[in-house]
Amino acid sequence: MLRALAILFTCQLAGEAITRSLELPLPGPVLGLLILVAILLAIERWRLVDPSTIDETSLGKVSNGLLATLGILFVPAGVGAIQELGLLGTYGPALAAALLVSTVLTLVVTVWVFVGVSRLTERKD
Amino acid sequence: MGIPFALWVYLSATPLLWLTLTVVVWVFADWLAQRAGRNPLVNPVMITIVAIAVLLVATGTPYGTYFDGAQFVYFLLGPATVAIALPLYKNWSTVRRKALPMLAALVAGSTTAIVSAVAVAAAWDVPRTVLISLAPKSVTAAVAMSISDHLGGLPSLTAVLVVITGVLGAVIVTPLMNAMRLHDYAARGFAAGVAAHGIGAARAFVVDPLAGTMAGIAMGLNAVFSSLLVPVFVRLFMAGG
Repeated sequence: MLRALAILFTCQLAGEAITRSLELPLPGPVLGLLILVAILLAIERWRLVDPSTIDETSLGKVSNGLLATLGILFVPAGVGAIQELGLLGTYGPALAAALLVSTVLTLVVTVWVFVGVSRLTERKD
Repeated sequence: MGIPFALWVYLSATPLLWLTLTVVVWVFADWLAQRAGRNPLVNPVMITIVAIAVLLVATGTPYGTYFDGAQFVYFLLGPATVAIALPLYKNWSTVRRKALPMLAALVAGSTTAIVSAVAVAAAWDVPRTVLISLAPKSVTAAVAMSISDHLGGLPSLTAVLVVITGVLGAVIVTPLMNAMRLHDYAARGFAAGVAAHGIGAARAFVVDPLAGTMAGIAMGLNAVFSSLLVPVFVRLFMAGG
């Protein structure tokens, strides 16, 4: 388990260090994610990892464990709502309408464009 | 009454109490969600947030005291984001094949998220700082807060709007997609990630592993794209201030 955590932390740390020093408009952990994927794809050539068995490695187990409980990680930020009850009350109707309309529209537009472009590109093949 | 009160004074100030409560309430909320057959309306993130918020307000505990304990949970967001590398690596061939639809859907979805939220709220008499705080609401919390902060919004308000958006998206996505008769789980997951970041991804991972992976990728891509788009949008259409 500690080996897996060491890998995840190192990738995040590298991501944070690079995005900060180059002032990239990219969150450090997201760059860390990309670094880890690049490493996994690179060492696959030497047969050190394999997509079909990666889940059984300690990195696979720890990663899947973290992703299975992703929801709880958003609780601390969400509880912060108690500090903003004043603003949320004053602009409640406007914010509620904005979030509801925008969330539904975003879901519909994204899924339509995804499916539409998928069909167009697959027809060409 | 003296001894329990003294005990409360001690415990309420230790990080352990609020860390324990966060985890215990989550375990209970997740059990409820499981008992409800993962019905999207029984969202464990929403239940846990409301229960703890009520508890804090009822006991008069400041958010800072709560966060001293909850920060250990919050900290894991970073490594959990890196962990999306694993499903991404596992599904690499699918992701490569879907590169073009993903890019097109990202640009369309991300733009819709920003423009529609600000346009709807602007119909009311809402100050510019609140509109700016609202613009990055579909972006994952840490990045949304920094976007909001750079442009003169209120990062703490942004964090709350981000979480509400995530919960809304996670609740809406399954019934909406079923009503639209869309069963392409790659597309559904990607939409959940663009609209509702990590909370959408958490829901998507429960429904289907490929959907979860696509949501995770969408969350990352949207964080990058919105970091570039929100400042441009604010400068072009929200002049003044």
